Amino acid sequence: MAKYLLLKHYRGAPAAVNDVPMDQWAPEEISAHMQYMRDFAARLEGTGEFVDGQALAPEGTWVRYDGEGRPPVTDGPFAETKDLIAGWMVIDVDSYERAVELAGELSAAPGAGGKPIHEWLELRPFYGVSSPTVTE
Amino acid sequence: MDEALLRSLTPGVLGILVRRGADFAAAEDAVQDALVEAVRAWPADPPRDAKGWLVTVAWRKFLDATRADTARRRREDRLDEEPAPGPAPDVDDTLQLYFLCAHPSLTPSSAVALTLRAMGGLTTRQIAQAYLVPEATMAQRISRAKRTVSGVRFDRPGDVATVLRVLYLVFNEGYSGDVDLAVEAIRLTRQLAAVIDHPEVAGLLALMLLHHARRAARTAPDGSLVPLAEQDRGRWDTKMIAEGVGILRTALARDRLGEYQAQAAIAALHADAPTAGETDWAQIVEWYDELAALTDSPVVRLNRAVAVGEARGPRAGLAALAALDEASAGSSGRGHPVPRHAAVAAYLHEHAGDLATAARLYAEAAGKATDLAERDHLTRRAARLNALLRG
Repeated sequence: MAKYLLLKHYRGAPAAVNDVPMDQWAPEEISAHMQYMRDFAARLEGTGEFVDGQALAPEGTWVRYDGEGRPPVTDGPFAETKDLIAGWMVIDVDSYERAVELAGELSAAPGAGGKPIHEWLELRPFYGVSSPTVTE
Repeated sequence: MDEALLRSLTPGVLGILVRRGADFAAAEDAVQDALVEAVRAWPADPPRDAKGWLVTVAWRKFLDATRADTARRRREDRLDEEPAPGPAPDVDDTLQLYFLCAHPSLTPSSAVALTLRAMGGLTTRQIAQAYLVPEATMAQRISRAKRTVSGVRFDRPGDVATVLRVLYLVFNEGYSGDVDLAVEAIRLTRQLAAVIDHPEVAGLLALMLLHHARRAARTAPDGSLVPLAEQDRGRWDTKMIAEGVGILRTALARDRLGEYQAQAAIAALHADAPTAGETDWAQIVEWYDELAALTDSPVVRLNRAVAVGEARGPRAGLAALAALDEASAGSSGRGHPVPRHAAVAAYLHEHAGDLATAARLYAEAAGKATDLAERDHLTRRAARLNALLRG
């Protein structure tokens, strides 16, 4: 019973094995990819392991406070150096091993040529609630 | 509308339906329907016999569902099978239900969810809120759990240890949403203690009460952790402590020691001390020795090292820690590190006067903490020592 965040990256993760940009795929291949992820989420809802999932637009912006009375600083879109998150899914599973197993399955979503994309997904545990221990 | 009463009646009503021949999953659905109806109807028209009312309504719901199901099947298969209502012997099935809800074929999270629903009478929404998952997810988790145990024979004796583990899991989830799971776990463990005479059930109940009695003092108003030594003991619930100690004494007198009784004994020694300085650490070390013999757990031996550090000085604690490291390196190589290992090492080094090592280990421990309050607490400790070292 631990929650994990599965992060998909636009940029910042190691390159996928089947590394073809999505705009080069056939339309059916894109549909198959999306369907795979929908099916995956539906199946996890069925097993009682799904918590949340959203896709994110690629236009990320860094924002920073720039002093009293001044507007926040932004770096503008499309900075070359930053990581970009494409979307996330939150799962609630019995063990770390199960979380890895599910991340592996999601990474097998079909890509170009209908072959698994083998993309790298980031797996991050949530902080839990404090539990009493004998010594405290 | 007495929701506590309503929920306490749940397992009894469920047990009667199952005894009469209802399948567990269908019976559980029917009881939930009856509870919903009770919430609606009772404020205006409270029944004289609450349990009887629930049994009647739940049984009617069950029959309605079965008839609808049977009619559908008849249409589909042209089969005619009306389930015959079985006898309703006057036995308490609560214990059997506990065993069923904690059945070993269920994953821990499913067992917890099913226990809260079937034994606790909580709604799916309440359980989902408590575990911070969507209601649809929790509904699926519960219905899968019901399917998993639907073929399990009701009369076979179950395993008390599994039930206790599930209840302790519920207790450790603490508080979120509109249900206090620690209070719920205590209530369910009390109910279990009433139907089974078992020293470890009493041990777990005592342990929960002793932990729970100190809950108010465990966090500061800003939500940060207050370590045991710095807690305001005036905020401990002395009545609850006295009850826990009483239950523990009775259990220990039966001379069938188990790990919950041993843990409760340690908690009782902490609760007994008027000040942190007066804690009987020597006796706590002895209880850790008992606990280590029962469980052979590295976590227990880690906690024992803390107690040794308090009883015989930080150097002795560090020696106990080194012995633990050697044992785990010898047996399993470098497997999963024991949680809080770095935090314990940091604490012992701090008290031994090696502040630089302690600061480094506190920072390492903060990075490994699995809960937020603990991470913040450890980070503050590291920062405090670093400030001292600079100053």
